[in-house]
Amino acid sequence: MLVINSIEQGIVIDHITAGLGAKILNYLDIDTSKHTVAFIMNADSKKHGKKDVIKINDVTDIDVADLGLIDPTATVNVIEAHKVVRKIQLSIPEKVINVIKCKNPRCVTSIERNAPHIFHLINEEEREYRCEYCDDIVCMKGDWQNEILRKEWPSVRYGK
Amino acid sequence: MLKGRSLLEPMDFTVEEYEEIFTLADQIIEEPGRFRETCRNHLLATLFFEPSTRTRFSFEAAMLRLGGKVIGFSEPGSSSVAKGESIADTVRTVACYADIAVMRHPKEGAPRVGAMASDIPLINAGDGGHQHPTQTLTDLLTIRASKGAFTGLTVGLCGDLKFGRTVHSLMKALSRYPDVRFVLISPEELVIPDYVRKEILQKNGIPFREVRRLEDAIGEVDILYMTRVQKERFFNEEDYVRLKDYYILDGEKMAKAKLDMIVLHPLPRVNEIAVEVDKDPRALYFQQAKYGMYVRMALIMKLLGVTEEASERKGELSC
Repeated sequence: MLVINSIEQGIVIDHITAGLGAKILNYLDIDTSKHTVAFIMNADSKKHGKKDVIKINDVTDIDVADLGLIDPTATVNVIEAHKVVRKIQLSIPEKVINVIKCKNPRCVTSIERNAPHIFHLINEEEREYRCEYCDDIVCMKGDWQNEILRKEWPSVRYGK
Repeated sequence: MLKGRSLLEPMDFTVEEYEEIFTLADQIIEEPGRFRETCRNHLLATLFFEPSTRTRFSFEAAMLRLGGKVIGFSEPGSSSVAKGESIADTVRTVACYADIAVMRHPKEGAPRVGAMASDIPLINAGDGGHQHPTQTLTDLLTIRASKGAFTGLTVGLCGDLKFGRTVHSLMKALSRYPDVRFVLISPEELVIPDYVRKEILQKNGIPFREVRRLEDAIGEVDILYMTRVQKERFFNEEDYVRLKDYYILDGEKMAKAKLDMIVLHPLPRVNEIAVEVDKDPRALYFQQAKYGMYVRMALIMKLLGVTEEASERKGELSC
């Protein structure tokens, strides 16, 4: 049995669909930060059979809304003084800014360096998003995720 | 109220606002002299990052016929873009000088970037293979003049439906009128993009069918919208050469069409319509070009918020 101690302050991203934890970690760009991180893959779960879990020490101000794009079934627990002070159930965001990179080579975002990459949800079931500028549609299910998530951007949130 | 707004894609204006523009265009067509001083003291900036003859001339002629003045560039080499300036900065600067701007750009969505940075009305004059809303105004005014209404029409769109921005804009605009159906005539490689299929056709439950041969559809359409296969949209010359003469509308095919069918084309034409078709009274594409100037005159007036009576008003700098 693997034992990971509880954290005093930080966040726990729980109930991540098994296999998606690495994508969330990748997106958050945590591996290059200075924080202590525990990443558990394929943990037993009463609800889902198997799940991934991520615990990040000393960080509570991550904008988690966009994580629903990768796995809307995950939950985020904010921990302070060993207690859960806030529980957030993720959902599929209606609009994301600077998370998905438009893959259309004809899109203006391929040349206009400061234009924010804006995508709107058009089909919740298929998790399809439309680019604000060129209307190109991307599906956020399956293997697309690694190609279009801009994992370098969240680092801005850490003030690096 | 259209004053101060931008036109980036056809859905930016309601059907009622379209009608407002068409009504004014009708008045201009009837009595153009009445409007010749309407835009005196107003300045139009034409930002053409991609070559254009027809659309640029049409906008310039429209502004000059309204008594206004025009500044601008017709290719990016002669602008600060050649020095590496962003689209946003270019438009923000131009907005300090002009009252209204028109932009054509090879990148899709470029006018939206411009509009986000600017506080003057900005008109999309074509962005890559994406949208061309003022061509749509032209197309709709021509259809309205010929058919009287937009309802109950079977519209055949033929040629490059993948990169044909005029096609995408026209389909978007027509999708709001009742009982319109589309017949999409294109080679497999040039079918409509996913967003048009999903967001315009399927989402609105608009009937459509796709065919490969023009002969299989020409007898059933009320409007045949021909398009050119655009060399500049292809990354591969070989594909262009293979597809460029895929459809040619000639007298023989016209003989199979309805007697009241009309042929439209955004121009320029290359080989897709034989010259012999020009004399057929159903061929309206040159008339369409003239409507283009009138409808742009109406659009400029509406976005500037000027009226015939206000021709004495002085233009204001907006920086």
